[in-house]
Amino acid sequence: MTLDINIGKVIKNAYRITSTRGLTALRVRIPGGHLETKYLDILKKIADDFGNGTLHMTTRQGFEIPGIDLKRIPEINQRIGPVIQGIEIDTAGIDISEPEAGYPAAGTRNIASCIGGRVCPFANCDTTDLAFKIEKKVYPNNFHVKIAVTGCPNDCIKGHLHDFGIIGLCEPVYDYSRCIGCGACSNNCRAVATGALILKNGKIRRDERRCIGCGECVLQCPTAAWTRNPMKFYKMVIMGRTGKKNPRIARPFLIWVNESVVMDVLTNTYQYIDKYINKSLPKEHVGYIVDRTGYPTFRDFVLDGVKLNPEAKLSQHINWGGYENASYLFIK
Amino acid sequence: MGKSVSTTEFNEMLKTLAGEYRIFAPKRFVHHGKCTGTDLIRYGEVHSLDEIEYKAKSNFSLKEILHPINQTIFYFTETEFSEPATENKGIVIFARPCDINGVFRLDNIFLHNGDEEDYYYKKPRDKVRFVMMECTVGFENCFCVSMDTNKSDDYHMAVRFGGEEYLLDIRDQFFIDVLEGVGEDIEFTPDFIKRNRVEVRLPEIDRMPPAMYDHEMWDEYSTRCIACGRCTTTCITCSCFTTTDIANEDNPKQGERRRTWASCHIEGFTDMAGGHGFRKKNGEKMRFKTLHKIYDYNRRFGKGPMCVGCGRCDDACPVYISFSNCINKVTSYV
Repeated sequence: MTLDINIGKVIKNAYRITSTRGLTALRVRIPGGHLETKYLDILKKIADDFGNGTLHMTTRQGFEIPGIDLKRIPEINQRIGPVIQGIEIDTAGIDISEPEAGYPAAGTRNIASCIGGRVCPFANCDTTDLAFKIEKKVYPNNFHVKIAVTGCPNDCIKGHLHDFGIIGLCEPVYDYSRCIGCGACSNNCRAVATGALILKNGKIRRDERRCIGCGECVLQCPTAAWTRNPMKFYKMVIMGRTGKKNPRIARPFLIWVNESVVMDVLTNTYQYIDKYINKSLPKEHVGYIVDRTGYPTFRDFVLDGVKLNPEAKLSQHINWGGYENASYLFIK
Repeated sequence: MGKSVSTTEFNEMLKTLAGEYRIFAPKRFVHHGKCTGTDLIRYGEVHSLDEIEYKAKSNFSLKEILHPINQTIFYFTETEFSEPATENKGIVIFARPCDINGVFRLDNIFLHNGDEEDYYYKKPRDKVRFVMMECTVGFENCFCVSMDTNKSDDYHMAVRFGGEEYLLDIRDQFFIDVLEGVGEDIEFTPDFIKRNRVEVRLPEIDRMPPAMYDHEMWDEYSTRCIACGRCTTTCITCSCFTTTDIANEDNPKQGERRRTWASCHIEGFTDMAGGHGFRKKNGEKMRFKTLHKIYDYNRRFGKGPMCVGCGRCDDACPVYISFSNCINKVTSYV
């Protein structure tokens, strides 16, 4: 029988239209890119029984199971149910009424993250944990939003190419009486970070305007004169993107904000999109909406009612940069 | 005499002591460790039992109580100088046997090293009473048994943690008086660890063979050691310091003379006028430290090695250099 399917529904179910007619691929969400191995057994079985025996590791740290017959979607949804149950419902705490019906949305992409504090000594937060908390806030949702979490300003997950890059920060706390003036922190800060630390008269002066909260000084200090503020802080960079129109690196929006500010801003962003999205298009990426409304409208909307912690700093202006793929750029 | 006391009674004792003593013990500073979500354990002032971290080894030793990381020696103006105010209270320190032995090493350096006693060390040292924390299991990297520092008789009171009651061995009249009529009299003497996971053999020699100073084993450390200084800041017996005059920025005619921890592994330690330095390669720094700990100290004082085998250097080394293994290497080569 000729295929007669509603591709809108298929796509929202996290299946995609592929280059081979009749075949689809299922996108499996893995928030933070970290999963228990038991789920791999399920994915392997689906790939072997319904796909072509391969799994694709996506750029967003999920898995894609290719080579699936579009007609078999309901059967596969049954099989992926336990993954949705375990990851989305039991771990992330999301309310999904019918896990056997497959993924309820695909617009908001998997929350990617670097390996973070569970493994990396440089990380300033447990990125996997934060990825799951964000997943709970933003999923399921059909709006096209890309969010990544990274443990330190090295930004290994490339949060700067996302709509939202959430960067874990360490506020270094200085104990004057423990500092021996060895210069380990200031030399290292100058070599690998921003030179925010100056050694003078055997003690360190920290230039708060230069400090990016990477936490390197804490790692270098041999006497624990530098320690971490146990409160966790984040930097949010926004509206970075690749893409055909105007690729650009994300710009700082908020810095030294706490977790609840991060969550509130993300939540409010969905209301902002709902209000300003161009509904005549099949989809519109949040970055282009901000291009249209301008930064101040976005800023005021998503911060409305958000209680900024006292340490928080907010960008007054954003110079977006990026480039246009215009023909006049090229000589030949 | 032995006693068994309850948590409440122990805390009452601490409260009584707090009137005249500052009480120091290993403390856990939650989420203040190097990496996110990790804790820092170091000595600090405590007021109750729940502040004392007796289950884990502290990252830093107790030496900072007696030999502060920074200490103002005196303040000066153009014509006068004055000593900073000192704390008159006594000092009670909760310490494991290795660290108590470590303090006696420090005593040799500061008090019995030449004709002069170190005034600034002696002042707090004379006020110390040790409460020895029984240590029978040890930790990763400990090698106290090899250094003969797993035991100590030099305590004023010993305590066994971990049971429902706290078992005390009281040796000092002061503590006998404080605990008069408290708890239940029992027979108790503390146990000591008899074997560590790490064993170290010291070289049995009178003179270090000159060839050892140029041995190629030190070259390897030049490629591995980053001279970050953690092995020396965490070491209970490293006692080197540097002295600096710090002038007031707005009025350089007044200021303070300060002494600050320094060490062979900290940048600039042997720097001299003209840019000379005695030990530029990190392997040479490692050699200097190692031979000082296991040979030079003994040559001077005749009291065995300086190292007490607490293993904090190995706990702290970010590039996984093992000091205990280094000693074993030296022993195998001489």
